[in-house]
Amino acid sequence: MKRLIYELNESWKIAFAQMQSNKTRSMLTALGVIIGIVAVTLMGTAITGIQTGFDKSMSILGDDVLYVSQYPWARVNDWWNYRDRREIKTEYAEPLNRMIAATPNSNLVLAVPTSNIVKNVKRGDNQVTGIFIQGTTAEYPLISVVDFNEGRFFNELEVKGAANVCLLGYDVADALFPGESPVGKEVQISGQQFRVLGVGARQGSFLGLFSLDSIVIVPLPTFKKFFSAKAESDVRVKVRDKTRLEEAKGELTGLMRRVRALPPEKKDDFNVNEQQAFKSTLDPVKNSIAIAGLFITGLSLFVGAIGIMNITFVSVKERTKEIGTRKALGARRRTILLQFLIESTALCIVGGLIGLTFAYTICFGIAKAFPSFPVEFSFALVLVGMVVSVFTGLISGFAPAWSASRLDPVTALRYE
Amino acid sequence: MEPVVIDIENITKVYVMGEETVHALRGVSLQIRRNEYLAIMGPSGSGKSTLMNMLGCLDTPSSGRYFFNGKDVSAMDDDELAAIRNHEIGFVFQTFNLLPRSTSLRNVELPLIYAGIDSEVREEKAAQTLRDVGLGDRLQHKPNELSGGQRQRVAIARALVNDPSIILADEPTGNLDSKTGEEIMQLLENLYQNGNTIILVTHESDIARHARRTVFLRDGLIESDASNEQQPEIERLAVT
Repeated sequence: MKRLIYELNESWKIAFAQMQSNKTRSMLTALGVIIGIVAVTLMGTAITGIQTGFDKSMSILGDDVLYVSQYPWARVNDWWNYRDRREIKTEYAEPLNRMIAATPNSNLVLAVPTSNIVKNVKRGDNQVTGIFIQGTTAEYPLISVVDFNEGRFFNELEVKGAANVCLLGYDVADALFPGESPVGKEVQISGQQFRVLGVGARQGSFLGLFSLDSIVIVPLPTFKKFFSAKAESDVRVKVRDKTRLEEAKGELTGLMRRVRALPPEKKDDFNVNEQQAFKSTLDPVKNSIAIAGLFITGLSLFVGAIGIMNITFVSVKERTKEIGTRKALGARRRTILLQFLIESTALCIVGGLIGLTFAYTICFGIAKAFPSFPVEFSFALVLVGMVVSVFTGLISGFAPAWSASRLDPVTALRYE
Repeated sequence: MEPVVIDIENITKVYVMGEETVHALRGVSLQIRRNEYLAIMGPSGSGKSTLMNMLGCLDTPSSGRYFFNGKDVSAMDDDELAAIRNHEIGFVFQTFNLLPRSTSLRNVELPLIYAGIDSEVREEKAAQTLRDVGLGDRLQHKPNELSGGQRQRVAIARALVNDPSIILADEPTGNLDSKTGEEIMQLLENLYQNGNTIILVTHESDIARHARRTVFLRDGLIESDASNEQQPEIERLAVT
């Protein structure tokens, strides 16, 4: 055991001495690994970044909320079959809540209606276009995560009285009230004055498609008063136990059929959606991007590994006489095997470290230049990068190291 | 009488090279006792090198038995042979075979590393052995900073450092000028005087004359084996 430790220690020293005395050769060989590690870690960063962005977007939808809407969220090939459905009315929330309350052990908690339309929002001469105006009730914060930078959500009274009050999304507030607090001030939507009650915290974009911060929330009766034409509505229902989402979905479908007064022979003319629908549509895409990406970048690492293997073979050949001498002095097969394995591994570790440094710098640069681009450089990635480097070294070094350990000492000593 | 260190009985070695079979040794028997100073001589192709590889446990015989300190070496596997070489045999090569990028000290430490000796003991012992061969002031020099004679001294220190049973020197002066060669032979003589067993492989009768006993090989067989006092005319053998 002790002997093994001395041999290992000795092998590391030899490996680094070897690298120092063949600087150019070692650097060129390590370059292959460097490029490979940079490619693989950057791909890994991109994949985890996409995953994180995806999960973050999903959590905004809420994993315990069902959405009753006219269209299914999952991609369908027959959208025209959904076009002529009766629209979803915000009034459904009321009978739904009544029925939920009347059902013992219901899996549903609360139904909250929302109505949406795209409008421009003005403040004096400043205008922001294409803003989602969302009408909802005072119970909205119970089913959805609403974080405030400042101010508050509207209350029951303001909803009942159809008050002209609103909440601004982060981007809207930032655009209309640069460097000042909007709370208590007024904005104009479709010619109507709205007093700002609060400003939402920054949420980012949903799958990078649209910003969740370009939104204005108003009380539902107010919304109906001014924007009811062409508005699209849905009813959001919170689930008691998210592990039993399917049951909740079934229950809600039943309730909705009663609300819609559908006879048994008719098919559902609405959809109960949940974030899972997005997941099942996007997961295969995401996974195939990940697999293809890792495969292609993995190839570059493989090429690097071949370079290491080649140089280790050269090193064994060059140092045949030295191997013979070492064997004459009592080096066992294992000793020689370890020595060359460690040499190739040391090269890969050096390459891996340099590669990770590069990858880190690149990630840092990207994150600085494009803050919205989802890159994430994690400790786990460094760990994986190093493990991959070590394995590359071991695998690529094995064949040459094995051939070195099997050399006949007499032949090796005579080699010139 | 000193105990027998090396005892080989009727050793043969056959190489197959393509379709040809070469009988390098055709049945050699030899006993070497502790604190002998033996020279193995012979023209090229006589089986001298093969015998040396055999004695040095670098190679195993095709037939016959080899006992090293009573242990049967002929049946050992690679790693067991490596252990014997490490503990029992000190090699001195014609071309020195030092590790070019390591200091004298590190070169001499190498057999101790393979023996699993603690680093402090190792360094102390290596340094002491280098002092013994007169290189106390060259511990941190690399081979390319040393003269040929100094390099061979480092190699001898490396051969000595593990207190081996025999020192096997293959043409130790072959790459040195005659004056330096003479110094190296003096060093070996001192080692012999201090109780070491030395086996010298050479084709030079001048060198073989330093030994106390000479074995002359020809065509894979021992032609003569006698003490140098009884065999004053080594030259005659070498010439013929």
